[in-house]
Amino acid sequence: MTVERRGAAVEIAGLRKEHGSGDHRILALDDISLNVSPGEFVCIVGPSGCGKSTLLRILAGLDTQSGGAVRIAAPGWSVVNAMVFQESGLFPWMSVEANVGFGLMTRGVPPAQAKGRVAAALALVGLGKFGRHYPHQLSGGMRQRCAIARAFVTDPAMLLMDEPFAALDAQNRTLLQAELLRIWEDTRKTVVYVTHSIEEALLLGDRTVLMTAQPGRIKKIIDVPFARPRDLLALSASAQFGALKLDIWRVLEDEVNRARAEAQP
Amino acid sequence: MSGVKEMSGKTRERLLYLLSPIALIAIWQLLLMLGIGDRRFIPAPSDIAQRFVSLLASGELEWHVGVTLYRVLAGFVIGAVPAVAVGLLMAMFKPVRIFFDPLIAALFPIPKIALMPLLLLAFGLGDASKIALVAIAVFFPVVVNTYVGAANIEKIYWDVARNYGASPAVMFSRVVFFGALPTIFAGLRIALAVSFIVLVASEFVATKSGIGYLIWNSWELLQVDVMFVGIVTIGVLGLVTSVLFAEIERNTIPWKTE
Repeated sequence: MTVERRGAAVEIAGLRKEHGSGDHRILALDDISLNVSPGEFVCIVGPSGCGKSTLLRILAGLDTQSGGAVRIAAPGWSVVNAMVFQESGLFPWMSVEANVGFGLMTRGVPPAQAKGRVAAALALVGLGKFGRHYPHQLSGGMRQRCAIARAFVTDPAMLLMDEPFAALDAQNRTLLQAELLRIWEDTRKTVVYVTHSIEEALLLGDRTVLMTAQPGRIKKIIDVPFARPRDLLALSASAQFGALKLDIWRVLEDEVNRARAEAQP
Repeated sequence: MSGVKEMSGKTRERLLYLLSPIALIAIWQLLLMLGIGDRRFIPAPSDIAQRFVSLLASGELEWHVGVTLYRVLAGFVIGAVPAVAVGLLMAMFKPVRIFFDPLIAALFPIPKIALMPLLLLAFGLGDASKIALVAIAVFFPVVVNTYVGAANIEKIYWDVARNYGASPAVMFSRVVFFGALPTIFAGLRIALAVSFIVLVASEFVATKSGIGYLIWNSWELLQVDVMFVGIVTIGVLGLVTSVLFAEIERNTIPWKTE
């Protein structure tokens, strides 16, 4: 089965990011080059401090690079990207409806039209009955669902996800991973998904970008061979999945040993 | 459902709120009835209550209360609204902050009552000079609290607002204002108390109306019980407005109650 591929195209060439200034400068990202095709689901995996969140923030326009180029092509799309944050980032003073509709309100979508789109997005993530609730009345999993609805409702060319399920318990995480894929299958937007879990990256992505820390560099890019739509539970129990996971662990193990050897006097 | 239990819990809280003033009055009455203290200079609560009733019956007290409340409310609104706006803009735009910071730092510590002669010159002997004084006194605690509240909004809310395309106007009215609201309320409560303090003091001079005038005039006539009626009335007004305020706060910040 072929699905029409669509979404933003991303070209990152020689990207570099330094934090701080003068003697306290820290190289957070170094020589990052990566192309993402329209409709591709790319996962970026790396240890904390590898700059993967910084990379995502640069793609979102929330941060600027120190060097190199980022080109995002999204012809015909009115909203280029929408980000889903690790802590949901829902405004506590707004109802679930108002939170989900925020990106429509800011872009001047007429309220009547926005209302219909918000209701549809809430139904899509299984929160149809919670529109009038406030975020503090929802569980962690429901809040992340709400944040996903807020991103999808604006119909962006690209979704940027910063460890969106990292704070959830294992059951909720598995549930939401499957839901995310189900929603994504219908639209096939470009997704850049940051995670520290190799398993999550292999379950969700078309490609996995392995990063190393200090400075953040791309170590290896792995094509994930699993067919879609995926049955996540069956997939995670398969021998092929286990073998691929082991390969990646080996790569990271080498990296850790190398870093340790360099740190010795 | 735990609705009934919650209600009785809230009622108990409100009763507890009244306990300390009632205890104070009871001790006061008891001491004077036991002959401790001179009743000519320190009237008993019962004497004050009697005078209170007679002043109410003549309509005199209502008139003074009305005048004082009008001045407090007018000054409060005139001072608080621009203070909230300036505080939010200071948090949002660095140039605004740099412009207002030294002004606030220099003017905040000036006792506002010291401005009264100046305001009498500028606004005359009528209500306008008192309202202006209250407005000035209200402005400073509100602007500082608003700024602090808005500047301490969690970074993620700014990120979300920017990423989801919020214009400065949306940022101001939907994000920064509400994010700062709990702290703004803290500033408004301080400002409410401050506005009674400066107003009553200003009513001591150059006016023939208001609770401050009632207190000062009765001092000059040595009507100590009337003086106490004035003092108690101010206390009651402060209590009532502060309780009303807490109710408004509870209803406008539903996300903070649980």
